[in-house]
Amino acid sequence: MIAILTNPQRFMAFSAWFAPLLGVIAAVLAAVGLWSDFAAPPDYQQGYTVHIMFIHVAAAWMSLFVYACLGAASFLGLVFRVALADAAARAAAPLGAGFTLLALVTGSFWGRPMWGTWWVWDARLTSVLVLFLFYLGYLALQAAIDDEQRSARACAILALVGLVNLPIVHFSVEWWNTLHQGASVFRKDGPAMPPVYLVPLLTIALAYMAAFGGLWLVRIRAEVWRRRANVLALRAAG
Amino acid sequence: MNGFGALIRRELALSWGRGGGAMLALAFYLAMATLLPLAAGSEPARLAAVAPGSAWLALAVSSLLSLERLFERDYEDGALDLLALGPAPLEAAAFAKCLAQWITTGAPLALLAPVVATALGAPLKLAPLTVITALIGGLGFSFCGGIGAALSLGSRRGGVLIAVIVLPLFAPPVIFGAGAIDAFGAGLDWKTGLMLLGAYSLTALALGPFAMAAACRNALS
Repeated sequence: MIAILTNPQRFMAFSAWFAPLLGVIAAVLAAVGLWSDFAAPPDYQQGYTVHIMFIHVAAAWMSLFVYACLGAASFLGLVFRVALADAAARAAAPLGAGFTLLALVTGSFWGRPMWGTWWVWDARLTSVLVLFLFYLGYLALQAAIDDEQRSARACAILALVGLVNLPIVHFSVEWWNTLHQGASVFRKDGPAMPPVYLVPLLTIALAYMAAFGGLWLVRIRAEVWRRRANVLALRAAG
Repeated sequence: MNGFGALIRRELALSWGRGGGAMLALAFYLAMATLLPLAAGSEPARLAAVAPGSAWLALAVSSLLSLERLFERDYEDGALDLLALGPAPLEAAAFAKCLAQWITTGAPLALLAPVVATALGAPLKLAPLTVITALIGGLGFSFCGGIGAALSLGSRRGGVLIAVIVLPLFAPPVIFGAGAIDAFGAGLDWKTGLMLLGAYSLTALALGPFAMAAACRNALS
């Protein structure tokens, strides 16, 4: 397992079949999840807008999960100089920004009928927005430094600094108890959600996870190929 | 300790001697505060409601101003190489830089903050707490902002990049600082906000220099 991460050759051989497999799993899970989503009855309070929730909540989870992956890859790259970690961090950032944007936009669509407003300056919404801004800052820093190795290490430091932000995002709900409802799945006394909603939510979350894994591997592969192409171009230039 | 004292004296002399020191940030702060009533309307009731918060917002943005030159100056003229080779660790140099930045920019801004807040219509009884939160928050702004300044060394666009990197990090102190003042004004529990603000600044003080030194070494490599 570790050799797959440290040895680019092994990684390429492994990801060549694993990335498409994850893609297929993601497609199947997304189909099942969306089917059970639309089969679920309208909520007694939220009505039909509850269907947005499955897409929204799972995307919000992913925005944090991808950042955790980004932080872990940055840590491995910065401290242990793992060969593929820099490429992995570089590949994860745009995907994370995408999931965060999806969470923000779907949340806005849900908030308009339910709260009567597109956007509320509630602690949790704001901290997800801050997370999105953080992804943008990361991408900006990455683009602004020409030297690749230097850019990768600067970004890794920034990602670790931002990792301090993650707990603030997650626990802000409990710090400022405001309009946004508290966590309803991960609670000490078990999920406060009927199975008819929990099943599509978890299925879609797994579909996102598989899709992220597949896309991540594809992007890392592209990064490896780009480096090889650079090396070949340099060699050809003599 | 002598080495650290010398570093502090050097940084203070540099920021007073060149680049106008606090004047630039203070002028910027005043200009931002002036634009607020022009943009949001000048009715006293409306302004008073947002006065402490916008004084804090302007404070956060103004403390970004001198960050660009914090490491860039020494990076360009080679002094940063010497600091990295010298007997004092680079972490101490980064700490001294940020502390000097706080003394020369953060503290004057903190003294101006209650004046601005009061001019915008905040009640006078908020002034002491405004100074205290601005002083504590300014420390966090300096040490957090220094990380952005060190990370953007050697990049093509310094100033704007620092702002984009650093402003999301400024969210917690802005929440805690402005929240503490708001709570005090409303007669609620304001000590929690003040303590969280202090916790944020102390964390930045403790961890920031390591991130800055790592970023500087990376830029020098």
